[in-house]
Amino acid sequence: MPCEHSQTQLHGYLDGELDALSAANFEKHLETCPDCKQTLAAEESLHRSIQQAGLYERAPESLRNSLLGKSKQQPAVHPFPAARVSPLRWLAVAAVLLLTVFIGWRQLQLHRGSGDAQLMAASFVDAHLRSLQPGHLTDVESTDQHTVKPWFDGRIDFAPPVRDFANDGFPLVGGRLDVAGGHTVAALVYSRRKHIINVFVEMAQPENYWNGTGESQGYHWLAWEKGGLSFCAVSDVASPDLAQLKQLFVTQ
Amino acid sequence: MLEGEDRARFEATILPHLDAAFNLARWLLRNRTDAEDVTQDAVFRAFRAFGTYRSGNARAWLLQIVRNTCFTWLRQNRMAAEFMEFDETTMPQESENPETLALAGSDREQLTRALESLPESFREILVLRELEGCSYKEIAEITSRPIGTVMSALARARGQLRNSLSQPASKEARRAV
Repeated sequence: MPCEHSQTQLHGYLDGELDALSAANFEKHLETCPDCKQTLAAEESLHRSIQQAGLYERAPESLRNSLLGKSKQQPAVHPFPAARVSPLRWLAVAAVLLLTVFIGWRQLQLHRGSGDAQLMAASFVDAHLRSLQPGHLTDVESTDQHTVKPWFDGRIDFAPPVRDFANDGFPLVGGRLDVAGGHTVAALVYSRRKHIINVFVEMAQPENYWNGTGESQGYHWLAWEKGGLSFCAVSDVASPDLAQLKQLFVTQ
Repeated sequence: MLEGEDRARFEATILPHLDAAFNLARWLLRNRTDAEDVTQDAVFRAFRAFGTYRSGNARAWLLQIVRNTCFTWLRQNRMAAEFMEFDETTMPQESENPETLALAGSDREQLTRALESLPESFREILVLRELEGCSYKEIAEITSRPIGTVMSALARARGQLRNSLSQPASKEARRAV
């Protein structure tokens, strides 16, 4: 009779979706349940082989091109024409807006830290999106860290750690300067199974120190600090991939 | 009307998720050519419905449209699809994508076959979680199911996948004869 946890909690644990308390409880359970231990090991190895098998299939260029061309020629028909709105409704809208702004302001006061992190993350996700526009990805395009690193000299007042992690599955694509959160930042560009990862690097400021992980508009971000620099990796790759890249940065 | 700013907004917020859309369609339909057609159709639908999208998770919004378009397509082409499946059992299936050919290994083929042998709903949830890296919340949103059921659905899907990997597929056996 298999343990019932192996059919539920174990998967939330594996996916990092349990809250801290449930995760701790499950870890305690794991110590005494050989069934769950075995299932967890099997699931982890299955997860690894799926990640390594390269099953993700990107859209063919022909599809992308035809969509970019065709969505421009689509007859501009809006299925929901804007209805006439009465002045009373406008008043209601204004009231809701005011309330939202007030609540947002209160939240920001209460959770200064997390609010800032969200704002910072949003500005890095925006910068990531901008970089995906044709021709915006790199200022210096090279897989050679010895070409990319000196390029930053004199352009910013710190030296970002530029490394090529091709052997670990994150080949360096290049670098560029970008602006996020009102600062000039160095952006290191990596690819991961044809996906683009931007790693933004800037001087860590005591007042805007932040780290953590999250997602915004369908992109994952992961922020950390090392050696007086703060880093934020943004991409549409799975979050474990970002964690792996962070590990490479932190240990090397 | 979707002009100027709206169209630019569509291209900037929705089209960056084209790979996610195509990948989901490819695994639901088990075929790149059909996936290309259906993805295109889904993006046009998204374009027409863009007036209803305000903000939030653009990827989840698009993927929801993609999976609905896929399921409609599958219902309409069920007969043909079953016919093709019969074909697959007698002919080794070659990957059509040169990129993936380079990566071909026994793991990849085995996993592809095992994943494709699963029922659609299992395949869908595994692709969203394992390939797309969606959170449970996003999976719930895309597949229109209560978030509380995502974990157990994933558990069942993974169990099935491990089953089908551990048993040499009957297709294999037949092919070997």
